[in-house]
Amino acid sequence: MASAVDLHVKSPDDIVSSMSPHLYGIQRVRKETEDTFTLELQEKSGQHKLSFAPGQFNMVYVFGVGEVPISISGDPASPVLVHTTRAVGTVTRVMSKLRRGDMLGIRGPFGTAWPVAEARGHDVVIVAGGIGLAPLRPSLYEVLSHREDFGKVVLLYGTRTPSDILFREELEQWRARFDLEVHVTVDRADSGWRGNVGVVTTLIHKAPFDPQRTVAMVCGPEVMMRFAALELVKRGVSAGAISLSMERNMKCGIGLCGHCQFGPFFVCKDGPVFRYSRIKDLLTKWEI
Amino acid sequence: MPTTTLYRIERGAIDGIISSLRQQHYTVVGPTIRGASIELDELLSTSDLPVGWTNEQAPARYRLIKLPVESLFAYTVSPHSWKRHLFPPILRLFSARRNGRGFDLINSGEGAPGSSIPDAADAVRPYAFLGVRSCDLHALFMQDKVFGSGTYQDQYYQRTREQTWIIAVNCTLASGTCFCASMKTGPKASSGFDLALTEVITEHEHYFLVEIGSDRGRILLEGVDHRPAESAEATKGEELIENSSQQMGRSLDTENIREILYQSADHPRWDVVAARCLTCANCTMVCPTCFCTTMEDVIDLSGARAERLRKWDSCFTMDFSYIHGGSVRSSPRARYRHWLTHKLASWIDQFGTSGCVGCGRCITWCPVGIDITEEYRAIRETYVTNTASSSTKEANDGNA
Amino acid sequence: METLERILAEHQFFKDLAEPYLQLATGCASNIRFEPDQFIFREGEEADQFYLIRQGRVALQIFAPDRGAITIETLTEGDILGWSWLIPPYNWHFDARALEVTRAIALDGKCLRRKCEEDHNLGYELLKRFAHIIEQRLESTRLQILDIYGVRS
Repeated sequence: MASAVDLHVKSPDDIVSSMSPHLYGIQRVRKETEDTFTLELQEKSGQHKLSFAPGQFNMVYVFGVGEVPISISGDPASPVLVHTTRAVGTVTRVMSKLRRGDMLGIRGPFGTAWPVAEARGHDVVIVAGGIGLAPLRPSLYEVLSHREDFGKVVLLYGTRTPSDILFREELEQWRARFDLEVHVTVDRADSGWRGNVGVVTTLIHKAPFDPQRTVAMVCGPEVMMRFAALELVKRGVSAGAISLSMERNMKCGIGLCGHCQFGPFFVCKDGPVFRYSRIKDLLTKWEI
Repeated sequence: MPTTTLYRIERGAIDGIISSLRQQHYTVVGPTIRGASIELDELLSTSDLPVGWTNEQAPARYRLIKLPVESLFAYTVSPHSWKRHLFPPILRLFSARRNGRGFDLINSGEGAPGSSIPDAADAVRPYAFLGVRSCDLHALFMQDKVFGSGTYQDQYYQRTREQTWIIAVNCTLASGTCFCASMKTGPKASSGFDLALTEVITEHEHYFLVEIGSDRGRILLEGVDHRPAESAEATKGEELIENSSQQMGRSLDTENIREILYQSADHPRWDVVAARCLTCANCTMVCPTCFCTTMEDVIDLSGARAERLRKWDSCFTMDFSYIHGGSVRSSPRARYRHWLTHKLASWIDQFGTSGCVGCGRCITWCPVGIDITEEYRAIRETYVTNTASSSTKEANDGNA
Repeated sequence: METLERILAEHQFFKDLAEPYLQLATGCASNIRFEPDQFIFREGEEADQFYLIRQGRVALQIFAPDRGAITIETLTEGDILGWSWLIPPYNWHFDARALEVTRAIALDGKCLRRKCEEDHNLGYELLKRFAHIIEQRLESTRLQILDIYGVRS
C-alpha cells in the first residue's frame, strides 16, 4: 500500500478528495430478483466513516469501468454499507457479476434525506414502486427502531410481477408485525398469485392513515410518483408533507458537473429527496 | 468626467509589463492570431498581439480584417474564452492502480508519466491574462461562484484563479454580436482587475490609459514609464468606450426574465428554433460561463491502471440527460430550451446572477447563426402566463 | 335491515345520498359470503347485481387458453365490484373470483335499474358515483399498461 495516498490532508470538500473513491470490499452479494442485487460493503482502511441519512446515495465506482449513483438501502445504525441496485447499464452489469472479496470505490454519502425526524408524532406512509423500495428501506428501519415515536406506519409497495418483489423475506416479517401495515401489489400476475393486482396508487385511497397528520415518502418511477402524490393529495395529505426521490443523470454527485439539473435544482445536492410542493409544477413539464 | 485616477502609458510600457510578469514566472496569456482567428495563447511581447487587426463578427460569421493602424486591441472577443486556462477542457481527477481484487489511488506526482493532461492535484501554473474584456471578466466572476460558492469546490480552479493576473482592456468598439451593455457587464471593466487599459488612437497619437485595480497592479505600473493622464486624454478614452456602447446592435431585456422563461416552457418558439438548431454544442463550448462536465473512467490495455478524466460536456448531447432506458431531453427543442433557460433564468436561482455576459460568442459560432437575443425576444414578445385564469393572462399581455 | 342501512350509509359510495334513496338501496341489498376460489360471477353471464366488498379479496380475471387465468385487478375491502348491470346488454365481461373468504353486500341491479328509470334523479346520482369508480379504474389500468417498472432496451 506504499503508493496509496492520503488525499484527505487537503480540505475535505475540494474536488480531488471529493472525486476520489474510498476502497470498500464486498462482504456479501445477495441476488434479490432476476435483475436486482444487494451488495454489503465494508471499508478497507478504516479511514472513511460512512454515516448516512435515509434517502442519501453514494457514487459507486468499478475499477476502470465507471461510476454510478446508487441509493443506500441498508440500516443507518449498521456499520455495514448496503446498496441495492438493478443491472441496467454498463457499470451495474459489471457490478452484478462481482463476488465476495471484490472491491468497489465509494464516494458519498450525498444528497438530501427523507424527513424521518419530522415524521415523529405523525403517521408515516411509505409508497414504493419497483426498485424504489431500496432507498426507502433505511427510513423504514429508522422508523421501526423508534416505533413508539410514530403513529400508524403504512408501507404500500408495487412491482411489475410477483417475481420482481424486493426484500421478500423482510416484507413477510414486516407484514407479520402488528404495528406495521404492509400492502403489496403487482401490475400483472398469473393465477398462482393470491395477492393484490393493480398499480400501487390504488392502495392509497383505502390505506389506514390520518391524512391530516401524515408524512408521506414516495419513491419509484417518476410517473408512479406523480400519480401517487395526486392520490395522497386527494386523500387530504398536504403537498408539503409528501416527499419524492428524483432521478437524473449524475456524473459528480457534488453539484459541479451540471448533469442532474431539474429546473433550477441540482438533484444531487438539492435532492434527490424533494418536497412535492417544491417540484409539483416541474413534474408535469415535458423533458425538463 | 472620469472620477478615478488614470495614467497614460505608451506601447513600450506594455512590453515592459509583459516582461516584468514573465520575469516573475507568470505565463502571460493574451490574444494572438492563430490561423484565421484570434486565440488566447502565450505572449512574449506586444508583437504577438494581433497588431493592426480587427475582427468582423455576425451570426455564423467571423473574419479578420487588416487595419491601417498599429492598434493592439482593436478587435473584440476570441472564439475561446479564458475559462480553458482555469477550467481545462480535460483534467485528471485521480489515477489508480489495480491491487489484487481492489485498487490503490496513486500520488498525483507520479500520476501519468508523459501525459499532457493536467492533474487536479498538481501545483498550478501561474497565469497573467492580458486583454481581458469586461464581459469575460464578468464570466470569471460567474465561474468563481459556480466553482467556489458551494459545499464542494473546485480547488484546481480556485488555486489557478487566485494567482492569475487580470489586465483588462476596455472595449472601444463593439462587434456585430456583442450585447454586454444590456447585460450590464461592459464595455468598461469596473472591478476585479489588477490593471485596466483603454487603447486610444487618434489622428496624431496612440496611447493607453491605465486604471489601477489592485496593489500589485500599482507596483507593476510603477515599474514602467507612466504619467497621470491629462483630462483631455482621459475624456477621449471615455468617449471611445461610450462609443462602443452605442455601437452595440443587439440587446437583451432582462426585466422579469426568469419568470417569463419559467412560464414559457411550452412556448411554440422552441419548435421554431429547434428546427434550425443542429445540437452541435458549439455555443456551450465557446460560452465563457458554461461549466458542465462529464467523467470518463478509463483503463489502460493491461487493465492495471485506471484514471478518471473530467471533460467539458454539453447539454446539447443526447447522453447528457441519459437515465437508464432513455434521455430526459431527447428532443432538440428541449435541449435548446434547457440551455437558454439555464443560462438566462435558472442560473439566477442557482448562483444569484444571470449566466450570460452578452459576449455574443454563441451567436458568432453557431453554424446556423441562431441568436440568443432574438430567440429570447421572440418569447418575451409573445409569452402568456400558463398559470390559471384569463384575467392574469390579460394583465400580463398588457405588460408585455 | 337497520344494520345494512347503516353500513351502506357509511360507505364512501353511498356517502351523502338522500335518505329516501338510501332506504331504497337498502331495500335492494343483502348480505352475502363467498368461499375461497368461489366465482362471484362469470364472463358472459347476466349481470344483475353489484357488490360492496366488506372483507376479503376478489380477483377480476380473464381466461386465455395459452396463459390460463390472468388477473387484471384485485378488489378488496371498501371496493365496489361490478358495473355491467348498469350498461346494456347487462352481461359480465370478466370473471370475478374470491381469493379468500369474502363478505359483501350484494345490491340487486335489476331492481335498481328499474327504479333509476322511474326516477332519473336517483339514476343521475348513481351514474355519477359509478362514473367516479370507472374513472379510477381507467386511470389505474392506463398506468398498468404503461408498464412503468419495465426497462426500455
